[in-house]
Amino acid sequence: MSIMAYNGASVVAMKGKNCVAIASDRRFGVQALTVSCDFQKIFKVNDRLFYGLAGLGTDVQTLSERFRFKSNMYKLREERDLEPKTFAHMVSSTLYEKRFGPYFVEPVVAGLDKKGEPFVCSTDLIGCINFAKDFVVAGTASQNLYGMCETVWREDLEPEELFEAVSQALLNAVDRDCLSGWGAVVHIITPEKIITRTLKGRMD
Amino acid sequence: MESLFGVVGKDFVVVASDMSSIRSIVVLKSHEDRTRDLNSHNVLLYTGEPGDCVQFSEYIQRNVQLYSIKNDVPLNTAGCASFTRRALADSLRSRGAYQTNLLIAGWDPKDGPRLYWIDYLSSGLSVPFACQGYGGYFCYSTMDRYYHSDMTKDEAVALIKKCIAELKTRFVANLPNWQIKIIDKDGITVNVVEGSAV
Repeated sequence: MSIMAYNGASVVAMKGKNCVAIASDRRFGVQALTVSCDFQKIFKVNDRLFYGLAGLGTDVQTLSERFRFKSNMYKLREERDLEPKTFAHMVSSTLYEKRFGPYFVEPVVAGLDKKGEPFVCSTDLIGCINFAKDFVVAGTASQNLYGMCETVWREDLEPEELFEAVSQALLNAVDRDCLSGWGAVVHIITPEKIITRTLKGRMD
Repeated sequence: MESLFGVVGKDFVVVASDMSSIRSIVVLKSHEDRTRDLNSHNVLLYTGEPGDCVQFSEYIQRNVQLYSIKNDVPLNTAGCASFTRRALADSLRSRGAYQTNLLIAGWDPKDGPRLYWIDYLSSGLSVPFACQGYGGYFCYSTMDRYYHSDMTKDEAVALIKKCIAELKTRFVANLPNWQIKIIDKDGITVNVVEGSAV
């Protein structure tokens, strides 16, 4: 079995009208055996920037600790918040440093820049950035997610509509993937607030 | 062939490890202690590659002791788990990775009872109940069925014994003896369950 599919994970992010959404499943497994149903894959950098990591659980945790360190140091040195594009490049560099012994993760970044423009991107496990204008997907159900997102996404979705779109895309994609699922977490980031909802889908 | 179990109760954690040391077709030892007490309120249980297990768990034990000497306060369960995960993650991509699967259980005045599951790749999870080893394939479903939050000591120990009984029925290796430890505000209590006494 592929090392990227050992623990199972799915992450998706979408752009809306002055808002972005990022969502992931909650399963942590060891191949076919499910061990936990509340494994965190999405992490907050600041009030306008979140990122998700799909892939091997240990690298998700190691990288989240490294990014926490790097973003805290950035904040102390620069005395300002990280912009999404800057963070995306930080992720890319961190991954490419390990070009010949990589971290087995596929990160997804979603946020609003200082002007309030929505931003989403994803990278592969060695840091090649995909700047998308609509949505990005990662994980064991990525192919399912591509199909679902292409169907439900439209331009300029309002926050509540975006929540529906990203939730339906994720829930239905993971239902066809045995390694993802067991619930979902969705974050909607708007200039005023962050709305976080935990969804209970098919718990199998 | 080794298994570990852990269940978090109302204000305690109960953990169990089997005591058979088996290599291929031979049972080398029948009362192997697969645990290390990290401090008065934290226990680490291990399975995996024999040498790595002992070397790594004793390394963690010594460093948790060092923390209390340096800082004059004991390290809490979350700290033990975090330190252990970091140590295992650093070793993963180094010359010598430790192939150990662990459970870390403890009680802490602020957070209460905690149980952490850490696998040999160093993924660390805080869980209400856990299994390590082949036991998980048989006993996770037993735990899913009978676990609820705020279990009493009797209920939790009964659940552990149900899991042990399940292995006796369905697991190919004979694991007669089990060491059950209960960690609560008063410290660590050890109980060895032998042979047919389950």
